Amino acid sequence: MARLVEVRGLRFRYPDGTQALDGVDFTLDSGESVALFGANGSGKTTFAMHLNGLLEGEGEVEVCGLRAGRTNLEAIRGKVGMVFQDADNQLFMPTVLEDVAFGLLNRGLDAAEATARARDALEAVGMAQAAGRAPYHLSAGEKKRVALAGILVMEPEILVLDEPTTFLDPPAQRVLADLLNRLPQAKVVVTHNTPFARTVCDRAVFFACGKIADCGAVEEIATRFDWDFASQETNFER
Amino acid sequence: MLRGMLEASARPPGPLDRLDARSKLAALLVLLVVISTAHRAFPATAAALALLLAAACVWARVPLPEALRRAAVVLPFTLFFAAVCWMSGDAARGVALALKSYLSCLAVWLVVATTPLPALLRGFESFGAPRFLLLVAQFVYRYLFVIAEEARAMALAAVARGGSARGAFTGSGRGRLLRFRAAAGALAVLFARSYRRADEIHRAMLARGFGGRMRSLDAPRFRLADAAFAACASLLAIGARLAAERLA
Repeated sequence: MARLVEVRGLRFRYPDGTQALDGVDFTLDSGESVALFGANGSGKTTFAMHLNGLLEGEGEVEVCGLRAGRTNLEAIRGKVGMVFQDADNQLFMPTVLEDVAFGLLNRGLDAAEATARARDALEAVGMAQAAGRAPYHLSAGEKKRVALAGILVMEPEILVLDEPTTFLDPPAQRVLADLLNRLPQAKVVVTHNTPFARTVCDRAVFFACGKIADCGAVEEIATRFDWDFASQETNFER
Repeated sequence: MLRGMLEASARPPGPLDRLDARSKLAALLVLLVVISTAHRAFPATAAALALLLAAACVWARVPLPEALRRAAVVLPFTLFFAAVCWMSGDAARGVALALKSYLSCLAVWLVVATTPLPALLRGFESFGAPRFLLLVAQFVYRYLFVIAEEARAMALAAVARGGSARGAFTGSGRGRLLRFRAAAGALAVLFARSYRRADEIHRAMLARGFGGRMRSLDAPRFRLADAAFAACASLLAIGARLAAERLA
Protein backbone atom coordinates (compact mmCIF):
# COMPACT_ATOMS: atom_id res chain seq x y z
CA MET A 1 0.00 0.00 0.00
CA ALA A 2 1.30 3.42 -0.94
CA ARG A 3 1.78 5.99 1.77
CA LEU A 4 -0.50 8.95 1.20
CA VAL A 5 0.02 11.05 4.31
CA GLU A 6 2.99 11.31 6.58
CA VAL A 7 2.95 13.79 9.46
CA ARG A 8 5.94 14.23 11.78
CA GLY A 9 6.10 16.36 14.91
CA LEU A 10 3.25 18.67 13.94
CA ARG A 11 2.69 21.56 16.33
CA PHE A 12 0.18 24.37 16.02
CA ARG A 13 -0.71 27.26 18.28
CA TYR A 14 -3.74 29.52 17.65
CA PRO A 15 -3.22 33.30 17.81
CA ASP A 16 -4.94 33.37 21.23
CA GLY A 17 -2.13 31.17 22.59
CA THR A 18 -4.00 27.84 22.67
CA GLN A 19 -1.59 25.02 21.87
CA ALA A 20 -3.95 22.93 19.68
CA LEU A 21 -1.37 20.43 18.39
CA ASP A 22 1.71 19.45 20.33
CA GLY A 23 3.83 17.02 18.32
CA VAL A 24 1.53 14.83 16.23
CA ASP A 25 2.89 11.90 14.23
CA PHE A 26 0.45 10.25 11.84
CA THR A 27 0.42 8.11 8.69
CA LEU A 28 -2.29 7.19 6.21
CA ASP A 29 -1.97 4.57 3.46
CA SER A 30 -4.01 4.28 0.28
CA GLY A 31 -7.41 2.64 0.74
CA GLU A 32 -7.25 3.09 4.50
CA SER A 33 -9.96 4.75 6.60
CA VAL A 34 -8.98 6.23 9.94
CA ALA A 35 -11.26 7.65 12.62
CA LEU A 36 -10.02 10.52 14.76
CA PHE A 37 -11.46 10.24 18.26
CA GLY A 38 -10.94 12.56 21.19
CA ALA A 39 -12.66 15.03 23.47
CA ASN A 40 -13.86 18.40 22.22
CA GLY A 41 -10.89 20.73 21.87
CA SER A 42 -8.36 17.89 21.73
CA GLY A 43 -7.05 19.00 18.32
CA LYS A 44 -8.83 16.66 15.86
CA THR A 45 -10.31 19.32 13.57
CA THR A 46 -7.18 21.46 13.76
CA PHE A 47 -5.18 18.44 12.66
CA ALA A 48 -7.62 17.66 9.84
CA MET A 49 -7.31 21.22 8.52
CA HIS A 50 -3.54 20.79 8.21
CA LEU A 51 -4.06 17.92 5.77
CA ASN A 52 -5.78 20.27 3.31
CA GLY A 53 -3.35 23.12 3.87
CA LEU A 54 -5.96 25.31 5.55
CA LEU A 55 -3.64 25.71 8.53
CA GLU A 56 0.12 25.66 8.59
CA GLY A 57 1.99 24.67 11.74
CA GLU A 58 5.50 23.63 12.67
CA GLY A 59 6.66 20.14 11.73
CA GLU A 60 6.37 18.12 8.55
CA VAL A 61 3.21 17.31 6.62
CA GLU A 62 3.63 15.32 3.45
CA VAL A 63 0.61 14.54 1.26
CA CYS A 64 1.00 12.21 -1.72
CA GLY A 65 4.72 12.96 -1.76
CA LEU A 66 4.17 16.72 -1.65
CA ARG A 67 5.51 18.73 1.23
CA ALA A 68 2.71 20.94 2.60
CA GLY A 69 3.49 24.61 2.16
CA ARG A 70 2.46 27.65 0.16
CA THR A 71 4.14 26.44 -3.04
CA ASN A 72 2.20 23.14 -3.10
CA LEU A 73 -1.07 24.44 -1.74
CA GLU A 74 -3.07 24.11 -4.95
CA ALA A 75 -1.78 20.60 -5.69
CA ILE A 76 -2.45 19.45 -2.12
CA ARG A 77 -5.99 20.80 -2.16
CA GLY A 78 -6.52 18.82 -5.34
CA LYS A 79 -5.39 15.64 -3.56
CA VAL A 80 -7.26 16.17 -0.29
CA GLY A 81 -10.99 16.86 -0.32
CA MET A 82 -12.45 18.23 2.88
CA VAL A 83 -16.09 17.89 3.92
CA PHE A 84 -16.90 20.34 6.71
CA GLN A 85 -19.07 19.73 9.74
CA ASP A 86 -21.85 22.14 8.83
CA ALA A 87 -22.81 21.50 5.22
CA ASP A 88 -24.56 24.88 5.11
CA ASN A 89 -21.13 26.52 5.24
CA GLN A 90 -19.97 24.46 2.29
CA LEU A 91 -22.99 25.04 0.04
CA PHE A 92 -22.76 28.71 -0.79
CA MET A 93 -23.74 28.82 -4.46
CA PRO A 94 -27.29 29.56 -5.65
CA THR A 95 -27.97 26.05 -6.99
CA VAL A 96 -26.77 22.55 -6.16
CA LEU A 97 -25.24 22.06 -9.62
CA GLU A 98 -23.32 25.34 -9.45
CA ASP A 99 -22.08 24.43 -6.01
CA VAL A 100 -20.79 21.03 -7.05
CA ALA A 101 -19.09 22.60 -10.09
CA PHE A 102 -17.48 25.37 -7.99
CA GLY A 103 -14.15 23.56 -7.46
CA LEU A 104 -13.90 22.48 -11.10
CA LEU A 105 -14.42 26.02 -12.37
CA ASN A 106 -11.71 27.20 -9.96
CA ARG A 107 -9.43 24.64 -11.54
CA GLY A 108 -10.06 26.24 -14.92
CA LEU A 109 -12.35 23.66 -16.51
CA ASP A 110 -14.80 25.04 -19.07
CA ALA A 111 -18.48 25.30 -18.15
CA ALA A 112 -19.65 22.36 -20.30
CA GLU A 113 -17.14 19.90 -18.85
CA ALA A 114 -17.69 21.17 -15.32
CA THR A 115 -21.46 20.74 -15.73
CA ALA A 116 -21.10 17.18 -17.05
CA ARG A 117 -18.76 16.15 -14.26
CA ALA A 118 -20.89 17.84 -11.60
CA ARG A 119 -23.94 15.92 -12.84
CA ASP A 120 -21.96 12.65 -12.68
CA ALA A 121 -20.89 13.41 -9.10
CA LEU A 122 -24.48 14.17 -8.09
CA GLU A 123 -25.55 10.90 -9.70
CA ALA A 124 -22.88 9.06 -7.69
CA VAL A 125 -24.27 10.35 -4.38
CA GLY A 126 -27.89 9.83 -5.44
CA MET A 127 -28.71 13.53 -5.71
CA ALA A 128 -29.04 13.96 -9.49
CA GLN A 129 -32.66 15.09 -9.13
CA ALA A 130 -31.59 18.04 -6.95
CA ALA A 131 -29.23 19.65 -9.50
CA GLY A 132 -31.42 22.71 -10.11
CA ARG A 133 -32.57 23.16 -6.53
CA ALA A 134 -31.31 25.75 -4.08
CA PRO A 135 -29.13 24.18 -1.35
CA TYR A 136 -31.23 25.67 1.47
CA HIS A 137 -34.23 23.61 0.33
CA LEU A 138 -32.44 20.32 1.04
CA SER A 139 -32.65 18.21 4.18
CA ALA A 140 -29.55 17.83 6.38
CA GLY A 141 -28.77 14.41 4.88
CA GLU A 142 -29.19 15.70 1.33
CA LYS A 143 -26.96 18.70 2.07
CA LYS A 144 -24.28 16.38 3.37
CA ARG A 145 -24.44 14.24 0.23
CA VAL A 146 -24.27 17.32 -2.01
CA ALA A 147 -21.28 18.62 -0.02
CA LEU A 148 -19.64 15.23 -0.57
CA ALA A 149 -20.40 15.43 -4.31
CA GLY A 150 -18.71 18.85 -4.40
CA ILE A 151 -15.57 17.17 -3.08
CA LEU A 152 -15.77 13.91 -5.07
CA VAL A 153 -16.06 15.83 -8.32
CA MET A 154 -12.49 17.07 -7.75
CA GLU A 155 -11.36 13.40 -7.75
CA PRO A 156 -9.29 13.63 -4.56
CA GLU A 157 -7.12 10.76 -3.34
CA ILE A 158 -7.97 11.44 0.29
CA LEU A 159 -11.27 12.43 1.89
CA VAL A 160 -11.26 14.31 5.18
CA LEU A 161 -14.67 14.40 6.85
CA ASP A 162 -15.24 16.57 9.90
CA GLU A 163 -18.08 15.22 12.05
CA PRO A 164 -19.96 13.83 9.04
CA THR A 165 -22.94 12.57 11.08
CA THR A 166 -23.78 15.90 12.73
CA PHE A 167 -27.45 16.85 12.13
CA LEU A 168 -28.15 13.47 10.48
CA ASP A 169 -30.87 11.09 11.65
CA PRO A 170 -29.99 7.35 11.87
CA PRO A 171 -31.30 6.43 8.37
CA ALA A 172 -29.33 9.32 6.84
CA GLN A 173 -26.25 8.17 8.78
CA ARG A 174 -26.67 4.68 7.32
CA VAL A 175 -26.99 6.08 3.80
CA LEU A 176 -23.84 8.15 4.31
CA ALA A 177 -21.87 5.21 5.76
CA ASP A 178 -22.95 3.03 2.84
CA LEU A 179 -21.91 5.72 0.38
CA LEU A 180 -18.51 6.22 2.04
CA ASN A 181 -17.84 2.48 2.09
CA ARG A 182 -18.34 2.35 -1.68
CA LEU A 183 -15.76 5.08 -2.30
CA PRO A 184 -12.21 3.92 -3.05
CA GLN A 185 -10.49 6.97 -1.52
CA ALA A 186 -8.54 6.87 1.74
CA LYS A 187 -10.53 8.58 4.48
CA VAL A 188 -9.84 10.51 7.65
CA VAL A 189 -13.05 10.81 9.68
CA VAL A 190 -13.23 13.18 12.64
CA THR A 191 -16.09 11.86 14.73
CA HIS A 192 -17.59 11.24 18.16
CA ASN A 193 -19.89 8.63 16.66
CA THR A 194 -18.31 5.28 17.50
CA PRO A 195 -20.89 3.07 15.71
CA PHE A 196 -20.40 5.14 12.54
CA ALA A 197 -16.60 4.84 12.87
CA ARG A 198 -16.94 1.05 13.30
CA THR A 199 -18.90 0.89 10.04
CA VAL A 200 -16.62 3.11 7.98
CA CYS A 201 -13.10 2.95 9.45
CA ASP A 202 -10.41 0.29 9.75
CA ARG A 203 -8.51 1.93 12.58
CA ALA A 204 -8.73 4.86 14.97
CA VAL A 205 -6.39 7.28 16.65
CA PHE A 206 -7.24 9.00 19.91
CA PHE A 207 -6.36 12.65 20.42
CA ALA A 208 -5.76 14.10 23.88
CA CYS A 209 -4.35 17.57 24.60
CA GLY A 210 -3.07 18.06 21.06
CA LYS A 211 -1.27 14.72 20.89
CA ILE A 212 -2.13 11.26 19.64
CA ALA A 213 -2.52 9.28 22.83
CA ASP A 214 -2.96 5.93 21.10
CA CYS A 215 -3.92 4.23 17.88
CA GLY A 216 -5.28 0.82 16.91
CA ALA A 217 -8.43 -0.95 15.72
CA VAL A 218 -11.62 1.11 16.20
CA GLU A 219 -13.04 -1.37 18.71
CA GLU A 220 -9.82 -1.51 20.66
CA ILE A 221 -9.50 2.28 20.95
CA ALA A 222 -13.18 2.73 21.80
CA THR A 223 -12.87 0.18 24.61
CA ARG A 224 -9.54 1.48 25.91
CA PHE A 225 -10.77 5.07 26.19
CA ASP A 226 -14.36 4.16 27.12
CA TRP A 227 -15.41 6.00 23.96
CA ASP A 228 -18.85 4.60 23.41
CA PHE A 229 -22.21 5.80 24.67
CA ALA A 230 -23.26 2.29 25.70
CA SER A 231 -19.92 1.27 27.19
CA GLN A 232 -19.39 -1.29 29.95
CA GLU A 233 -18.75 1.52 32.41
CA THR A 234 -22.11 3.09 31.73
CA ASN A 235 -24.91 2.04 34.03
CA PHE A 236 -28.19 3.69 33.21
CA GLU A 237 -30.93 3.42 35.76
CA ARG A 238 -34.46 4.51 35.01
CA MET B 1 -39.05 30.94 7.18
CA LEU B 2 -37.97 34.35 5.89
CA ARG B 3 -37.03 32.85 2.55
CA GLY B 4 -40.32 30.98 2.48
CA MET B 5 -42.17 34.28 2.89
CA LEU B 6 -40.12 35.80 0.10
CA GLU B 7 -40.72 32.92 -2.25
CA ALA B 8 -44.41 32.87 -1.52
CA SER B 9 -44.64 35.78 -3.93
CA ALA B 10 -43.02 33.73 -6.70
CA ARG B 11 -44.85 33.96 -10.05
CA PRO B 12 -44.59 32.27 -13.45
CA PRO B 13 -41.85 33.82 -15.64
CA GLY B 14 -42.90 36.47 -18.14
CA PRO B 15 -41.19 37.81 -21.27
CA LEU B 16 -38.99 40.18 -19.26
CA ASP B 17 -37.63 37.27 -17.20
CA ARG B 18 -36.22 35.67 -20.34
CA LEU B 19 -34.11 38.68 -21.30
CA ASP B 20 -30.44 39.08 -20.48
CA ALA B 21 -29.78 41.06 -17.30
CA ARG B 22 -27.43 43.43 -19.16
CA SER B 23 -30.21 44.44 -21.54
CA LYS B 24 -32.54 45.22 -18.63
CA LEU B 25 -29.84 47.11 -16.75
CA ALA B 26 -29.03 49.23 -19.80
CA ALA B 27 -32.70 50.13 -20.24
CA LEU B 28 -33.01 50.82 -16.52
CA LEU B 29 -30.01 53.14 -16.61
CA VAL B 30 -31.51 55.16 -19.46
CA LEU B 31 -34.88 55.32 -17.70
CA LEU B 32 -33.28 56.52 -14.46
CA VAL B 33 -31.41 59.25 -16.33
CA VAL B 34 -34.66 60.26 -18.09
CA ILE B 35 -36.48 60.44 -14.74
CA SER B 36 -33.77 62.25 -12.82
CA THR B 37 -33.06 64.90 -15.50
CA ALA B 38 -36.74 65.73 -16.24
CA HIS B 39 -37.77 69.13 -14.92
CA ARG B 40 -39.94 70.85 -17.53
CA ALA B 41 -43.66 69.96 -17.23
CA PHE B 42 -42.73 67.28 -14.74
CA PRO B 43 -46.25 66.17 -13.62
CA ALA B 44 -47.12 65.33 -17.26
CA THR B 45 -43.76 63.59 -17.79
CA ALA B 46 -44.23 61.65 -14.55
CA ALA B 47 -47.70 60.55 -15.65
CA ALA B 48 -46.38 59.37 -19.02
CA LEU B 49 -43.50 57.46 -17.42
CA ALA B 50 -45.83 55.97 -14.80
CA LEU B 51 -48.11 54.71 -17.58
CA LEU B 52 -45.11 53.26 -19.37
CA LEU B 53 -43.92 51.46 -16.22
CA ALA B 54 -47.43 50.17 -15.47
CA ALA B 55 -47.66 48.80 -19.01
CA ALA B 56 -44.24 47.18 -18.58
CA CYS B 57 -45.42 45.50 -15.35
CA VAL B 58 -48.49 44.09 -17.10
CA TRP B 59 -46.39 42.90 -20.07
CA ALA B 60 -43.84 41.32 -17.71
CA ARG B 61 -46.65 39.62 -15.73
CA VAL B 62 -45.52 41.29 -12.52
CA PRO B 63 -48.58 41.93 -10.31
CA LEU B 64 -49.14 45.68 -10.64
CA PRO B 65 -50.67 46.33 -7.18
CA GLU B 66 -47.76 44.52 -5.53
CA ALA B 67 -45.22 46.47 -7.63
CA LEU B 68 -46.90 49.78 -6.73
CA ARG B 69 -46.94 48.81 -3.06
CA ARG B 70 -43.30 47.71 -3.02
CA ALA B 71 -42.12 50.86 -4.77
CA ALA B 72 -43.68 52.89 -1.95
CA VAL B 73 -40.93 51.64 0.36
CA VAL B 74 -38.85 54.65 -0.69
CA LEU B 75 -41.53 57.20 0.25
CA PRO B 76 -40.85 57.51 4.00
CA PHE B 77 -37.35 58.76 3.15
CA THR B 78 -38.17 61.08 0.29
CA LEU B 79 -41.42 62.46 1.73
CA PHE B 80 -39.41 63.98 4.53
CA PHE B 81 -37.25 65.95 2.09
CA ALA B 82 -40.31 66.72 -0.03
CA ALA B 83 -41.97 68.19 3.06
CA VAL B 84 -38.88 70.30 3.75
CA CYS B 85 -39.05 71.65 0.15
CA TRP B 86 -42.78 72.29 0.55
CA MET B 87 -42.31 74.19 3.78
CA SER B 88 -39.51 76.27 2.30
CA GLY B 89 -41.98 77.46 -0.35
CA ASP B 90 -40.95 75.25 -3.28
CA ALA B 91 -43.92 72.87 -3.43
CA ALA B 92 -43.27 71.86 -7.06
CA ARG B 93 -39.76 70.67 -6.22
CA GLY B 94 -41.14 68.65 -3.29
CA VAL B 95 -43.71 66.91 -5.47
CA ALA B 96 -41.11 66.26 -8.17
CA LEU B 97 -38.71 64.76 -5.63
CA ALA B 98 -41.35 62.35 -4.29
CA LEU B 99 -42.52 61.36 -7.78
CA LYS B 100 -39.00 60.87 -9.13
CA SER B 101 -37.98 58.64 -6.24
CA TYR B 102 -41.19 56.60 -6.49
CA LEU B 103 -40.89 56.08 -10.27
CA SER B 104 -37.20 55.19 -9.97
CA CYS B 105 -37.98 52.66 -7.26
CA LEU B 106 -40.78 51.17 -9.38
CA ALA B 107 -38.38 50.73 -12.32
CA VAL B 108 -35.73 49.13 -10.11
CA TRP B 109 -38.31 46.82 -8.55
CA LEU B 110 -39.46 45.70 -12.00
CA VAL B 111 -35.90 44.70 -12.94
CA VAL B 112 -35.23 43.01 -9.60
CA ALA B 113 -38.53 41.09 -9.75
CA THR B 114 -37.76 39.71 -13.20
CA THR B 115 -34.05 38.89 -12.79
CA PRO B 116 -32.53 36.22 -10.52
CA LEU B 117 -29.96 37.76 -8.22
CA PRO B 118 -26.92 35.82 -9.58
CA ALA B 119 -27.79 36.96 -13.13
CA LEU B 120 -28.32 40.52 -11.91
CA LEU B 121 -24.93 40.53 -10.19
CA ARG B 122 -23.24 39.16 -13.31
CA GLY B 123 -24.94 41.95 -15.24
CA PHE B 124 -23.55 44.53 -12.81
CA GLU B 125 -20.11 42.94 -13.16
CA SER B 126 -20.19 43.37 -16.92
CA PHE B 127 -21.07 47.04 -16.32
CA GLY B 128 -17.85 47.38 -14.31
CA ALA B 129 -19.20 47.17 -10.75
CA PRO B 130 -16.46 46.14 -8.26
CA ARG B 131 -16.29 42.34 -8.10
CA PHE B 132 -15.68 42.28 -4.36
CA LEU B 133 -18.82 44.32 -3.72
CA LEU B 134 -20.87 41.92 -5.86
CA LEU B 135 -19.39 38.94 -4.04
CA VAL B 136 -20.47 40.45 -0.73
CA ALA B 137 -23.98 41.05 -2.13
CA GLN B 138 -24.22 37.41 -3.26
CA PHE B 139 -23.18 36.14 0.16
CA VAL B 140 -25.51 38.49 1.99
CA TYR B 141 -28.38 37.12 -0.11
CA ARG B 142 -27.33 33.50 0.50
CA TYR B 143 -26.75 33.80 4.24
CA LEU B 144 -29.15 36.51 5.35
CA PHE B 145 -31.77 33.83 5.73
CA VAL B 146 -29.47 31.50 7.64
CA ILE B 147 -28.60 34.30 10.06
CA ALA B 148 -32.29 35.23 10.37
CA GLU B 149 -33.00 31.60 11.30
CA GLU B 150 -30.23 31.75 13.91
CA ALA B 151 -31.72 34.95 15.34
CA ARG B 152 -35.12 33.28 15.47
CA ALA B 153 -33.65 30.24 17.28
CA MET B 154 -31.98 32.54 19.81
CA ALA B 155 -35.22 34.41 20.37
CA LEU B 156 -37.02 31.08 20.87
CA ALA B 157 -34.39 30.00 23.39
CA ALA B 158 -34.88 33.27 25.27
CA VAL B 159 -38.66 32.81 25.33
CA ALA B 160 -38.25 29.19 26.49
CA ARG B 161 -36.34 30.47 29.53
CA GLY B 162 -38.96 33.02 30.42
CA GLY B 163 -37.37 35.91 28.55
CA SER B 164 -38.89 37.98 25.82
CA ALA B 165 -37.71 38.45 22.27
CA ARG B 166 -39.40 41.85 22.19
CA GLY B 167 -39.71 44.83 24.38
CA ALA B 168 -36.07 45.91 24.71
CA PHE B 169 -37.30 49.50 24.77
CA THR B 170 -40.56 48.98 26.65
CA GLY B 171 -41.26 49.13 30.35
CA SER B 172 -39.42 51.39 32.70
CA GLY B 173 -36.59 51.59 35.18
CA ARG B 174 -34.36 48.64 35.97
CA GLY B 175 -36.44 46.11 34.02
CA ARG B 176 -36.05 48.13 30.85
CA LEU B 177 -32.30 48.44 31.38
CA LEU B 178 -31.95 44.69 31.92
CA ARG B 179 -34.00 43.91 28.79
CA PHE B 180 -31.94 46.36 26.76
CA ARG B 181 -28.70 44.77 28.02
CA ALA B 182 -29.99 41.28 27.19
CA ALA B 183 -30.98 42.38 23.66
CA ALA B 184 -27.59 44.01 23.11
CA GLY B 185 -25.86 40.86 24.36
CA ALA B 186 -27.93 38.67 22.02
CA LEU B 187 -27.02 40.94 19.12
CA ALA B 188 -23.33 40.61 19.99
CA VAL B 189 -23.65 36.81 20.10
CA LEU B 190 -25.41 36.84 16.74
CA PHE B 191 -22.61 38.97 15.30
CA ALA B 192 -19.98 36.60 16.70
CA ARG B 193 -21.82 33.59 15.23
CA SER B 194 -22.06 35.30 11.85
CA TYR B 195 -18.38 36.12 11.97
CA ARG B 196 -17.49 32.50 12.75
CA ARG B 197 -19.75 31.28 9.97
CA ALA B 198 -18.10 33.68 7.51
CA ASP B 199 -14.71 32.31 8.55
CA GLU B 200 -15.87 28.72 7.99
CA ILE B 201 -17.38 29.55 4.60
CA HIS B 202 -14.10 31.15 3.57
CA ARG B 203 -12.21 28.04 4.61
CA ALA B 204 -14.64 25.83 2.67
CA MET B 205 -14.07 28.02 -0.40
CA LEU B 206 -10.30 27.89 -0.05
CA ALA B 207 -10.44 24.12 0.35
CA ARG B 208 -12.01 23.94 -3.12
CA GLY B 209 -9.41 26.15 -4.76
CA PHE B 210 -11.12 29.56 -4.57
CA GLY B 211 -8.76 32.18 -5.92
CA GLY B 212 -10.81 35.36 -5.44
CA ARG B 213 -13.09 35.13 -8.45
CA MET B 214 -16.53 33.47 -8.62
CA ARG B 215 -16.91 31.65 -11.90
CA SER B 216 -20.25 30.76 -13.37
CA LEU B 217 -21.55 27.71 -15.21
CA ASP B 218 -23.84 29.50 -17.62
CA ALA B 219 -22.23 32.16 -19.75
CA PRO B 220 -25.07 34.61 -20.54
CA ARG B 221 -25.58 35.34 -24.23
CA PHE B 222 -26.58 38.75 -25.43
CA ARG B 223 -28.96 38.05 -28.30
CA LEU B 224 -30.62 40.25 -30.87
CA ALA B 225 -33.83 40.24 -28.80
CA ASP B 226 -31.89 41.63 -25.83
CA ALA B 227 -30.41 44.43 -27.90
CA ALA B 228 -33.83 45.17 -29.41
CA PHE B 229 -35.41 45.35 -25.95
CA ALA B 230 -32.73 47.69 -24.59
CA ALA B 231 -33.08 49.98 -27.63
CA CYS B 232 -36.92 49.98 -27.66
CA ALA B 233 -37.28 50.49 -23.90
CA SER B 234 -34.77 53.35 -23.96
CA LEU B 235 -36.44 55.02 -26.95
CA LEU B 236 -39.88 54.63 -25.35
CA ALA B 237 -38.71 56.31 -22.15
CA ILE B 238 -37.06 59.18 -24.02
CA GLY B 239 -40.06 59.45 -26.38
CA ALA B 240 -42.57 59.51 -23.51
CA ARG B 241 -40.70 62.35 -21.85
CA LEU B 242 -40.32 64.39 -25.05
CA ALA B 243 -44.00 63.91 -25.96
CA ALA B 244 -45.18 64.90 -22.47
CA GLU B 245 -42.97 67.98 -22.47
CA ARG B 246 -44.19 69.04 -25.95
CA LEU B 247 -47.87 68.50 -25.13
CA ALA B 248 -47.78 70.28 -21.79
